[in-house]
Amino acid sequence: MATTTKQDLPVESFETHPDRYTHWKLDIEGDVALLTMDIQEDRPFRPGYELKLNSYDLGVDIELHDAVRRLRFEHPEVRCVVVTGAKDRVFCSGANIHMLGMSSHGFKVNFCKFTNETRVGIEASSGESGQRYLAALNGACAGGGYELALACDEIMLVEDSNSTVSLPEVPLLGVLPGTGGLTRLVDKRMVRRDLADLFCTTAEGVKGKRAKRWNLVDHVVSRSRFEEAYKRRAAELAAASPARAAKGVEWTPLQKAVEEDRIEYSSVTLTIDRKNRRGTLVVQGPVGDQPETPEAIRAQGADWWPFRAFRELDDALLHLRFNEPEIGLILLRTEGDPAAVLAADKTLQENAGDWFVDEVRMFIARTLRRVDLTARSFYALIEPGSCFSGTLFELALSADRSYMLDDPDNPVEIAVSKMNAGAYLMTHGLSRLNVRFLGEPGKTEELLQEARAYDPQDAEEAGLVTVVADDIDYEDEVRVAIEERASLSPDSLTGMEASLRFPGPENCDSKIFARLTAWQNWIFQRPNAVGERGALTLYGQPERPSFDYRRT
Amino acid sequence: MNLYEKIPNNVNLSENKRLQRALEKWQPNYIKWWNEAGPAKFETNDIYLRTAISVDSKGWANFDHVKMPDYRWGIFLSPPEQDRTVGFGDHMGDKAWQEVPGEYRNMLRRIIVTQGDTEPASVEQQRKLSETAPSLYDCRNLFQVNVEEGRHLWAMVYLLHGYFGRDGREEAEEMLERRSGDMDKPRILSTFNEPIEDWLSFFMFTTFTDRDGKYQLLALAESGFDPLSRTTRFMLTEEAHHMFVGETGVGRVIQRACEMMKEDPNEDVRAQGGVDLPTIQKYLNFWFSSSVDLFGGEISSNAADYFASGLKGRDKEEKYEDHLALDGTYSMDVINGGKLDTKSVPMRNAMNEILRDAYIADNQKAVDRWNKTVKKQGVDFTFTLPNRRFNRKVGLYSGLHFDLDGNPITDLEFNARRFDWLPSDDDGVYLRRIQQAVFERGKIANWIAPPARGINGQEFDFEYVKA
Repeated sequence: MATTTKQDLPVESFETHPDRYTHWKLDIEGDVALLTMDIQEDRPFRPGYELKLNSYDLGVDIELHDAVRRLRFEHPEVRCVVVTGAKDRVFCSGANIHMLGMSSHGFKVNFCKFTNETRVGIEASSGESGQRYLAALNGACAGGGYELALACDEIMLVEDSNSTVSLPEVPLLGVLPGTGGLTRLVDKRMVRRDLADLFCTTAEGVKGKRAKRWNLVDHVVSRSRFEEAYKRRAAELAAASPARAAKGVEWTPLQKAVEEDRIEYSSVTLTIDRKNRRGTLVVQGPVGDQPETPEAIRAQGADWWPFRAFRELDDALLHLRFNEPEIGLILLRTEGDPAAVLAADKTLQENAGDWFVDEVRMFIARTLRRVDLTARSFYALIEPGSCFSGTLFELALSADRSYMLDDPDNPVEIAVSKMNAGAYLMTHGLSRLNVRFLGEPGKTEELLQEARAYDPQDAEEAGLVTVVADDIDYEDEVRVAIEERASLSPDSLTGMEASLRFPGPENCDSKIFARLTAWQNWIFQRPNAVGERGALTLYGQPERPSFDYRRT
Repeated sequence: MNLYEKIPNNVNLSENKRLQRALEKWQPNYIKWWNEAGPAKFETNDIYLRTAISVDSKGWANFDHVKMPDYRWGIFLSPPEQDRTVGFGDHMGDKAWQEVPGEYRNMLRRIIVTQGDTEPASVEQQRKLSETAPSLYDCRNLFQVNVEEGRHLWAMVYLLHGYFGRDGREEAEEMLERRSGDMDKPRILSTFNEPIEDWLSFFMFTTFTDRDGKYQLLALAESGFDPLSRTTRFMLTEEAHHMFVGETGVGRVIQRACEMMKEDPNEDVRAQGGVDLPTIQKYLNFWFSSSVDLFGGEISSNAADYFASGLKGRDKEEKYEDHLALDGTYSMDVINGGKLDTKSVPMRNAMNEILRDAYIADNQKAVDRWNKTVKKQGVDFTFTLPNRRFNRKVGLYSGLHFDLDGNPITDLEFNARRFDWLPSDDDGVYLRRIQQAVFERGKIANWIAPPARGINGQEFDFEYVKA
């Protein structure tokens, strides 16, 4: 199977609204939200397959992604979200296999990554915002369906001597559960590893009492009592999670102008240089008067600069991942007044504890993690007129390299602020400064003690930038670095960057992404999965797979 | 006499420790299940039943009066075929498996559990019918069907106990725990959760739904897993009797209706307490469509897997030419933008539909025989099978509406004609009202004609059920 010839459809938009959901229904009653999956099988994201048995594709997950993040902003009063299904006897049968079979390797990887980010986002909603998630499995729950449940705080399974939870990827498809299932089984739910081995090789899964005994689920409840039971449990979970705010902030549609090689948002611009396979992301700092009190911030809502700019950046990243596979190098630039960014940082810092400010801080953190997890090379270009200060300096810290111009006639500075301390943790739980100075204990604390601006010489001295070059060398230095990067193997770059970006200990989240990148993406390429006689290729076909049984 | 000696078998039970251990625990629970969910109120009556005590021509049909809880449910496999090989799929020509192949263990267990679950289910569905039996003969036939469904459960449990270890024992227990129509512990297939409260439904069920059983068993009789093949081949002889009960039962209701039509100046059958022919047609429509669902999705990767792995073949596989079925295609009727269209489907993915084709053709023969009865009575009426797309709840056509000829129609059109085509609640109330029990020897209820002959050469007025 020539994966390279597969054509993926561009993703028009990653935004939607509950009023326009095709596959989900969102009902809010007091402090409990009910998120019901009712996938329309004749409305796939692209033609060529049917979404049978509540199986999902990108279109379904874009709606889920919208619901999860929207709930945090628009409905802070919601303390528990119940995820359930509307189909008889089936909760969700996971990602649609025929869709995966039709998709290019790159699309599959990005689809899995995006769904993973949403599942991790569900756990963040619970851990950070106290929006607990309860999976109410009203029927059979397979593969990605069970992985969605695993991302929830608690799992309730209907007990009707039929309904099972399962991860059938290994026995049925010759691949791995792609949405963190294996890691969450043993790391999060701490299912015994030998039982997990049994579970993951039994295609039909495990039901009822045994599922509970093995800790695959938290509750098993008979069909007649099921609805009452999950409602009661949701009410209990909601009651145990402290109230935050009664009224939310509207998640408004993004404003953007899209041209062939350019997307212009209000504070972010993405330009594409197709010939040289590179893109440039420019983030503008705040302009004009900025609100400083919670009331004033709330009044601006979705227009508040930190929120707006990072939502735009988030959208641009998704666009790059799905729609611009050949753009291998992203140049990160900023434009604006460094002092204005630091002023915004001060507001972000001093109003910590206000629910909306906290949500915005956590949203920025998630967006920055999306940068870390994007399989493209990033160079930050720190040039006159830029504002890599505080929150925006995180962009330079997340880049694989940074270049700073040292020209006395055109001075440029970077600045560290308190927001670089721990507001924006990476996936594995460390701040980018800590990661940067893992080999120099105490360095981060030292830098933060006197959070200040750095000129090029200072910055180089402090190790805050990669290369500082004067006005004679700078242009050529950057040009060569860009051209060199563009000539390297994209595969080895992906692996190298993913290996170098996350020094330090792992956690459950980082394991999920690392194993996805390494194992699943390896298996997804192997003939045993996608070759002519591979298991994924032949799924649903009349022939059975035949494997190359040699192991490494 | 110990338990094993009481259980007629040809699987060497007295030597098989694994089977003994499993049955020791399961058998008392089975009897408990039978008393709870089996035929109501007839535990102590002596019933003239056929019991299989061996598989040869003399042994498989022993008639005697027995109490049902004492019935000797046995374990029988058809005699082994020397050097049998797998007859289809990717393992074609390999030696048939005498033990479960590890790679197909779960798939096989699923097949056996799904088949096995239908057997106790039908006993549960029919539990109340004995209270309104139209004659001792019919009452006995009902019980014969019930004990044989019980034996078919034993047959499937034998496979689970004998070949699937602890998982198999657990599945066997669960088959006694599920209950037809129970919201919390439903039977696996939805047709087997429909209650059967009137005798016309019983006869339709044994005609149409048991014939599904026949075709599933035919497909499993081809299995490369030899114990499954031999077990199901023996079950087929019993299934044939169930269809005889159903087909002649419906035939006798039809015959009585025709007699009543001729006796009444307005041909009004209901005025005389009979079941009119259009009502019979509606029950036919319902049970046929519900049974057609049991074959599963039209385009099925499970079906393709079962065939490829040599676990489930087609009915009488030898009548097909190509046993690999790798290159062939099947032209499937599909719905495309609200219109009928055809689509070429890989043969292996169409295995459910191929089995359904054979099943439908077989049903047509039964309907033809009923029409002969009508014609013989000089009545102008023709029974027809509805199109396979009509009233489906499973597969390509579910969620859509079709008329009896299979033409797509709107919800509105369907709802306007629903009760011209399918039984209404009123029809059910009427049937239950006229079916008064008749337990007197040689007598029969008004709405049904007596059978042409009795059981095992006995007269109709034989005491099939002793008080």
